[in-house]
Amino acid sequence: MELTLNVNGTEHTVDVEPNMPLLWVLRDELDITGPKFGCGIAMCGACTVHIDGQPVRACSFPVSAVSGAVTTIEGIGTPAAMHVVQQAWVEHQVAQCGYCQSGQIMSAVALLERNSEPTDDEIDVAMSGNLCRCGAYPRIRAAIKTAGQQLKES
Amino acid sequence: MGRLRTVTRRTFMVASAAIAGGAAFGYYKYKKPYENPLLDNLADGQNALTPYVRIDQHGITIIAPRAEMGQGVHTTLAAMVAEELDVALDDVLVEHGPASSAYFNDVALEEAVPYAQTDHGRMAEGIRGLVRVSSKLLGMQITGGSSSTPDAYPKMRMAGAAARHCLIEAASARLAVAVSELETEDGAVIAPDGTRISYLELAADAANINVPDELSLKPRSEWKLLGRSLPRVDMVGKSTGTAEYAIDVRVPDMLYATIRANPRLGGELISYDDSKAKSMTGVRFITRIDDAVAVVATNTWYAFQAAQAITFDWGDAPYPATTDEMISRIGSAIDDDLEDSQYRDDGDIETALIGADMIEAEYRVPFLAHATMEPMNATALFTGSRLDVWAGTQLPTQVIEEAVAITELEPEDIHVHTTYMGGGFGRRAEMDFVKQTIDLAKQMPGSPVKLTWSREEDMTHDQYRPAAIARFRGAVKDGLPSAFDLKLSSVSVIASQMSRLNMPVAGPDISIVQAAWDQPYAIPNYRVTGYRADTMIPVTSWRSVGASQNGFFNESIVDELAVAAGRDPLEMRLSLITHEPSRKVLEAVAEMSGWGEELPEGHGRGVAFVYSFGVPAAEVIEVAETDRGIRIVNAWAAVDVGTALDPRNIEAQVQSGINFGLTAAIMGEITVADGEVQQNNFHTYNGIRINQAPPIAVRVLENGEKIRGIGEPGLPPAAPALANAIFAATGQRIRELPLNKHVDFI
Repeated sequence: MELTLNVNGTEHTVDVEPNMPLLWVLRDELDITGPKFGCGIAMCGACTVHIDGQPVRACSFPVSAVSGAVTTIEGIGTPAAMHVVQQAWVEHQVAQCGYCQSGQIMSAVALLERNSEPTDDEIDVAMSGNLCRCGAYPRIRAAIKTAGQQLKES
Repeated sequence: MGRLRTVTRRTFMVASAAIAGGAAFGYYKYKKPYENPLLDNLADGQNALTPYVRIDQHGITIIAPRAEMGQGVHTTLAAMVAEELDVALDDVLVEHGPASSAYFNDVALEEAVPYAQTDHGRMAEGIRGLVRVSSKLLGMQITGGSSSTPDAYPKMRMAGAAARHCLIEAASARLAVAVSELETEDGAVIAPDGTRISYLELAADAANINVPDELSLKPRSEWKLLGRSLPRVDMVGKSTGTAEYAIDVRVPDMLYATIRANPRLGGELISYDDSKAKSMTGVRFITRIDDAVAVVATNTWYAFQAAQAITFDWGDAPYPATTDEMISRIGSAIDDDLEDSQYRDDGDIETALIGADMIEAEYRVPFLAHATMEPMNATALFTGSRLDVWAGTQLPTQVIEEAVAITELEPEDIHVHTTYMGGGFGRRAEMDFVKQTIDLAKQMPGSPVKLTWSREEDMTHDQYRPAAIARFRGAVKDGLPSAFDLKLSSVSVIASQMSRLNMPVAGPDISIVQAAWDQPYAIPNYRVTGYRADTMIPVTSWRSVGASQNGFFNESIVDELAVAAGRDPLEMRLSLITHEPSRKVLEAVAEMSGWGEELPEGHGRGVAFVYSFGVPAAEVIEVAETDRGIRIVNAWAAVDVGTALDPRNIEAQVQSGINFGLTAAIMGEITVADGEVQQNNFHTYNGIRINQAPPIAVRVLENGEKIRGIGEPGLPPAAPALANAIFAATGQRIRELPLNKHVDFI
């Protein structure tokens, strides 16, 4: 099935099975490898991307159900021009193995876009779908607060 | 008894095999340096001044030849070279570099030496020296055992100093200025008249200069990079989705594969039916690899779908069908007196227990999976005369060995590209997924292929942290433990690993008693005995290895003894401690946590101290009992690494170790039924999430005798500190992990 997909502002046409999860279209068809494969059942959050600004688990989201613009970690900032949340991640030296961080950052961006001053409980609710086996949670929490502060001031 | 016991005490697995194997090479082989592996693959204009420094007209590359699996090792190792070379870390590239025995690990086997790491006597240091010889002869490039920093600390600073020496010599010749007149700064040699010559300009000349045998290193007072918290070299890449893991490797015209192996690990594949799978969308090729079947497709998801559509007739498991049976065998290894080691036998336990109020307890821990965030995967391209392998591996030289065996190519035709790893924790020292990928690539010459395991394959085909059982008898007298008799039973991680590497082993497996027999506690009658059941389901190193279970056993028991003695558990530990750096971490954590202060209603605190991998680590955890279950309120840790090269990174590793340990403590359990592992994804084998993870304050001390690594030592005290806190809050003593079998957690 031929589909057109807007990813990070670029239109792509792909020819795949309609039930192929968005993650595998991004990774293996479009070579967009920032979103990671972790579990395949929406339990770890490593694949988190945005569709029209809403965080979704791309590993379990059929590509034919995508009805809006897709944003991946590559679409929110680059090494030369990082997003405020990415800058906070670097400032707090959050990443260890780093494999979950694309997903963590995408969940954090979605949280902060609707609430730049989340409480600890609100952070827990928004972020507990993102597993980090390295346990970088203390710094994830700190980086979210720093980024929220900067978003509020900007 | 005496002589036999002595022999047993002084033999040990791995190292004994290594020394026996090494004798054939003799002393000359040991002294002879490995050739610089960078010289084989230099492009035009590139110069490799040492195995760790490559320079061309575009810049300086530092080789950090250890697995970057999250522990920040690329940054710390590169900083060692950069410090001595006088370059800024921002101005260099850091690469893992090729697989080569030149990057053998001096220190990884030290934990296998049957002398406590607190022991720096002549015998202990002598045996460690022998182990370093065997490490070099084995030539294994391995990341593990918290050894990267202590291994690299002399070598890589020396490599930086050697490169700097050659660059200065080259500048001296060019300028006709004496070496003693020249200085270096920020990647350039500076002459007395202010002339600066960049290292890049000098590299070609410097490459022809011999490195002297003796070079002096900077004193700590002159360090500009080491001893400071540096921005990690991988941080921007990992925060922008641009860091490349093995799963992200792209080779032109690459195909995507997955595999299904017998879920009864090591059992045979009797037959399979792929008739449906063959005609599914995107499928190119289905093939058998040993007792597994691989599907090659145009997209990983097509391969996953087709692999699910294959039906299999699997053979039986070569081990008991259930975890209950396996754990029962581990328990009966104690009853059957399958004694493996007794590295500690102070005083006279049996006499001490006569007439005493005996305290007895049995503790248990289950099998555990590694569950790295990035599932096992690798990419390979076999052309018939050359093999390229891209993999996240903790053992790149072994990849060459395996590839030679599979492809029959010469070692120099095999090129291993070691990528960033989405977690390792010991799992990526195993070769299974790499061998499968090479096997598959060999079946499709000229066609690059990436083989990715599903999460289900990953979790059910791990080599696990073994289950273990501890039986304790002891007594207290006058407020202190008077008898401590600990029997520890498990299966041998080292025997299981070595059988897969086809390497011989002999002697006891010290990991069964690791971080129990060697704890720096003074107890007059003190015995620790290891027992070994036969290997059943395959097992391997899992972050902190034997310390991961023995820390829980030992420190829960010490807590029980403190209760029996009517003593404060932290204060009683201080009165037992014989090792000053260990005492100081306990004192530090007491101060940080405000130990002894009054707590809110329903709160309780536990303390634990574990000395592992040469690092004393003390942790305090505070919990609250609520109507929704136990909540972990706070955690504090103090560790001593001897010399702290990057304090912020050390903090991260300790926090990581604690959270990894808390996952195991609260919820980690692998079970087997009908020979198959029953947990297959994160819904049945979860990890601690942000909502459960406590704030963790870390203090890093430097009183230890040697520089140490910190990837593992933060982990072992976490489980006992938590269990002891639950006892303090609720009065419930839990002697089995995971704790959620006995109490609810928020």
